[in-house]
Amino acid sequence: MPEEFKAGCQRPAVKKPPAEAPRNDATGIEPEKERKSSMIKVGKPAPDFTLPAFIDGKFANVSLSEYKGQWVSLCFYPGDFTFV
Amino acid sequence: MSAVAARNDDFKAIGVQVLSISVDSIYVHKIWNDNELSKMVGKSVPFPMLSDQDGSVGKLYGIYDEDAGVETRGRFLIDPDGIVQGFEVLTPPVGRNVNETLRQLKAFQLVRESKGTEATPAGWRPGRPTLKPSPDLVGNVWKEWKVEQAND
Repeated sequence: MPEEFKAGCQRPAVKKPPAEAPRNDATGIEPEKERKSSMIKVGKPAPDFTLPAFIDGKFANVSLSEYKGQWVSLCFYPGDFTFV
Repeated sequence: MSAVAARNDDFKAIGVQVLSISVDSIYVHKIWNDNELSKMVGKSVPFPMLSDQDGSVGKLYGIYDEDAGVETRGRFLIDPDGIVQGFEVLTPPVGRNVNETLRQLKAFQLVRESKGTEATPAGWRPGRPTLKPSPDLVGNVWKEWKVEQAND
């Protein structure tokens, strides 16, 4: 279940995703750069995350993993108050 | 998002949890819900509105637009095992088609329930014939399925 929290005087701190992969010393490629260009693959696990959310008049932390066992439609959009 | 919120009962009816995400704060989500979305939909948004304020989750999913600092219109369908079954990504000016999302979800659910013994051909809709992949079907799809069925 989403874990409710109280409204503070600032935005909730960002919860960083799980530990970064170690830098590949052989190629010198930073993991962050690799990730920027990567796209999700179908048939592969969806990356888990925990984010603050507005739900039904309350604020709570929501993790994707809470919804294991059911189908999820995860919808990103450009911004609140946009027109489309 | 109002279009998805308005159809949430259709998602719930087939056991699908909707989650929306943008880089806006939870406070902006609340005001957008209270002042606009709830008036468009006739009730409060019935699913969690997530705030990815630094775009880190958008980057994980490959849909974060570094130049604009926003997330593009990416929609990911995730099965009960946490596996991504499909996604669609659009630039901001073009909206999604909720009917198509529901159609794809129903198709993925049918395939999953059949344990892969059935497949849904192009343009399939619930109630329409499926294909049963087997060695005998190779080269014989034309007997089972007509191209016109994709568009009728």
